[in-house]
Amino acid sequence: MAEDAGAGPHLLPDRFAAWFAGRGWSARAHQLEMIAKARAGRDALLIAPTGGGKTLAGFLPSLIELAERPPSNTPRGIHTLYISPLKALAVDVERNLMAPILQMGLPIVAESRTGDTGISRKQRQRVRPPDILLTTPEQLALFCAWEGARLYFENLACVIVDEIHAIHASKRGDLLALALARLQIFAPNMRRVGLSATVDDPAVIQRWLGFTPPEAGEERAVDLVRGPAGAQPIVDMLLSEGRVPWAGHTAQHAMAEVYDVIRGAKTALVFVNTRFQAEFAFQELWRLNEDNLPIALHHGSLAAEQRRKVEAAMARGELRAVVCTSTLDLGIDWGDVDLVIQLASPKGASRMVQRIGRANHRLDEPSRALFVPANRFEMLECQAAREAIAENRFDGDAARDGALDVLAQHIMGLACSEPFDLLRLYDEVTAAGPYCDLAYEDFEQVVDFVSTGGYALKTYDRFRRIVKGQDGLWRVRDAATAQRHRLNVGAILSPAVLSVRIAMGKSLRGGRKIGEVEEGYLEMLDPGDTFVFAGQVWKLVAVTGLDVLVSPAADKDPKMPSWGGSKFALSTFLAKRVRELMFDEAHWQVLPADVREWLEMQKDRSLIVGEDELLLETFPRGRRHFLVCYPFEGRLAHTTLAMLLTRRLERMGAAPLGFVCNDYAVAVWALKPLDGLDYDELFDQDMLGDDLEAWLAESFMMKRAFKGCAIIGGLIERRFPGEHQKSGRQVTFSTDLIYDVLRRHQPDHLLLRCARQDAATGLIDVARLGQLLNRIKGRIRHAALDHLSPFSVPILLEIGKERSPGGAGEMILSEAEDDLIAEATQ
Amino acid sequence: MSALPRPAYDFAVSACGGLRTTVAGVQVLMRASGALWLEASRVLIVADLHLEKGSAYAARGQMLPPYDTRETLGRLAAEAEALRPDAIVLLGDTFHDGRSEERLAADDAARLRALAQGRTLIWVVGNHDADGPRALPGEIADELVLAGLTLRHEPQAGPQFSEVAGHLHPAARVTATRGTVRRRCFISDGERVILPAFGAYAGGLNVRDAAFAGMFIRPPLAGALGPHRVHAVGWRSLTGD
Repeated sequence: MAEDAGAGPHLLPDRFAAWFAGRGWSARAHQLEMIAKARAGRDALLIAPTGGGKTLAGFLPSLIELAERPPSNTPRGIHTLYISPLKALAVDVERNLMAPILQMGLPIVAESRTGDTGISRKQRQRVRPPDILLTTPEQLALFCAWEGARLYFENLACVIVDEIHAIHASKRGDLLALALARLQIFAPNMRRVGLSATVDDPAVIQRWLGFTPPEAGEERAVDLVRGPAGAQPIVDMLLSEGRVPWAGHTAQHAMAEVYDVIRGAKTALVFVNTRFQAEFAFQELWRLNEDNLPIALHHGSLAAEQRRKVEAAMARGELRAVVCTSTLDLGIDWGDVDLVIQLASPKGASRMVQRIGRANHRLDEPSRALFVPANRFEMLECQAAREAIAENRFDGDAARDGALDVLAQHIMGLACSEPFDLLRLYDEVTAAGPYCDLAYEDFEQVVDFVSTGGYALKTYDRFRRIVKGQDGLWRVRDAATAQRHRLNVGAILSPAVLSVRIAMGKSLRGGRKIGEVEEGYLEMLDPGDTFVFAGQVWKLVAVTGLDVLVSPAADKDPKMPSWGGSKFALSTFLAKRVRELMFDEAHWQVLPADVREWLEMQKDRSLIVGEDELLLETFPRGRRHFLVCYPFEGRLAHTTLAMLLTRRLERMGAAPLGFVCNDYAVAVWALKPLDGLDYDELFDQDMLGDDLEAWLAESFMMKRAFKGCAIIGGLIERRFPGEHQKSGRQVTFSTDLIYDVLRRHQPDHLLLRCARQDAATGLIDVARLGQLLNRIKGRIRHAALDHLSPFSVPILLEIGKERSPGGAGEMILSEAEDDLIAEATQ
Repeated sequence: MSALPRPAYDFAVSACGGLRTTVAGVQVLMRASGALWLEASRVLIVADLHLEKGSAYAARGQMLPPYDTRETLGRLAAEAEALRPDAIVLLGDTFHDGRSEERLAADDAARLRALAQGRTLIWVVGNHDADGPRALPGEIADELVLAGLTLRHEPQAGPQFSEVAGHLHPAARVTATRGTVRRRCFISDGERVILPAFGAYAGGLNVRDAAFAGMFIRPPLAGALGPHRVHAVGWRSLTGD
């Protein structure tokens, strides 16, 4: 943009230039460029690292426009709408935005509105809209379902979507894209602005943010603005006494050194991948904490007020370290963090850069980060991530097609807001990036689903939720239906949560709430067992209804359930780099001696294969025969692969007994030898056909996915207005019953299609498994061994920690029956 | 050594996957479908069909799949086909609400009529369907005594001798180290039996719930429904929700 440099002074009004100068700053090139884009009426995506004045760059054009506006006595509606994926971020940005507004004395009202905003403030915002409203995608979806929406947004000049990289490739992203399309109908001249961290392929986000005006038939392009690169972060790796353990996920071996590093830092963020790891690390650090350093814990299971306390203490600079999960990934400014520690593997380069960006919000100084690999494969992964970060290479989410259950929710919302014309709505929906390829037939099906449930059996026509009037327009049936829809808006689904409370006396009453756990978290524990939660050891007393009752325990060695690595899968990009690193012997010299020895030993006793080959080992151990392969495609894809492999091995007569997976490898064991099989046939891509379908239809994952789609799509409701839990008698009405009936009677139903899509992408990673099978076709290298190999040790050590999948339910019942028989016959 | 005698349950797995036991001395077979089969008197008993529950929800704006009635009746027809009973007893809450019969699709009504063909169909009424059917065939009863057993919808409070009832939708939850399973179940202390709900959309109430307290003279036995068989589960193996 050649004119920018010259145009700079003119772009920035005097008042603003003076404000910058007064703070010893000058406007940065990308900030001026964003002003120029706004003046030209262009949509823009700004990509910049943390600390680059990104948020201010997004708001500057709006602040200038608002400052230059002549005064008015009548409310003028919202000028700029800011959307953040996190409630806390919306509130934080509101605070940061007040600084320039107050310091320049601008006549601008900026307010946030989230699920936590009080009713009276929300009502006031409806009557007297602020100039700038900061909110979340869910609140925007609610606005779209409100009768006054069109009038409320008719003067909207600009929408800013922050942290867009974290939201575009998700159902929340779908919902937001649809809401943006609606806003564009209300305010055709509205500009779209996206703010994103550094990503590998900005075009994906540009497509998401852009839209296709129905008349033009051609996509309105989003201009790309790049911020300064920022200083290269300094990423070190902590090797405890130069050694890396064979297996494990906790990095317990290095905790003393981690503690020393925290002691030497001003404030450290210690990132882990799971809540279990967070609890574990927090406890270990406190065990070592002889200096009584203020070290806190932050993860999604803690009670909200406890998290707020930690955040506030952090903001006041009172903490020396916070052990946290992805809850602190996104851009809240913590000021004084000077070190980011990643315990265990980072799983992806982009996520890691985000986390590193939490340290030192100043562009000119490098951020400091420390990787602490918990095992040898993780060590390779950390090294690959360091190299990727040094080369400025990132992984990113691929574009996705908008989900139909989300579309159903959106259409219901629109019908609650105002009547719509079917064809016009189709044009509006397909203008949104994720839905640009939506077929009209699918759209019609979704509308039918919203109206009557979309069943082949047409018995619900008289119960339509939305109806077509004499004027040809569709509208919601009645006010009560609309009210119920508004109670159920949103695309974030949380699993059922239980409150953890301190048990009071013997009456099994619940006392003070310590936090919340997801359903299933405590399934492996029996009353009397001890576990770690909120940084303390507790004894499980009982589970009553929705409460988990616990009592404090002095146990220094709690019975901890196993934690199965990370909920994030190793990214495809990083996996490829790990394979390259392993294949390239010259590269090994960057690795510590014991890891190098391990690789040498593997080469000696088994094989090191090329980056596009698959290493497959077979060996006997104990009275069993093992098959271990190393695809490096992440736990999800591996679990699916293992499920399908065992089905095939069963058919081949190999009598498989079990399997275990981690992010790097799959191990299957059987009663009979597993060498001498036709491995190309075993790994043939056709396993993704009938085998996959047969397995999936019965799997609990489909049921889980179906439940999610049924709630988002509005088939079942999260909440009824004014409905309270019936006391005494709670009859569980499970979506599994609906799933079973629907699958038998209408297997091609829209929601089953949605559920299958979700399961295939989110829960079992079919696409990635497909890529793997394609990549290794004809490239399987088999090593028939007498003993286990050095590579196989970490995965074999995980055996026994996993729960057995599949038809375990019948076995559990059979065992309960055996117990009874034993009791009866003893 | 316990001073009290152990409850001596008399149960055996039948070839059909069902569980044979006795209620007040009467031989009964708990079927994997959730039906109770009195072989000697050739009577098939099913409870809590909740027909047209789907359309009841749809009328209030929740469009549950409209296939629950045909699913439930299809399963009942399969049991009738397999056992050829002389009488079928519908043990109450056969319809989900007072207007279910009006909403019944023609082919589902035909399925119900077919069940009454060549045998006695008895509608024991429940709290959801207090009046019984209007146009459909069959006899209507508040409760009836049959082969020494009293058949009624809602179990009476306190221990009962020789009662067969429904209403509570019992469900068994069993937790093992590898996970938890929750199934509909029969529940019996050998003196009375409560049937699981037979309807496709009928939920379950944990037998550890207070609603079951004081009903049994000894720790009862649960017959948990699996796809092809009924599992006998002792009281001590059952957990609350």
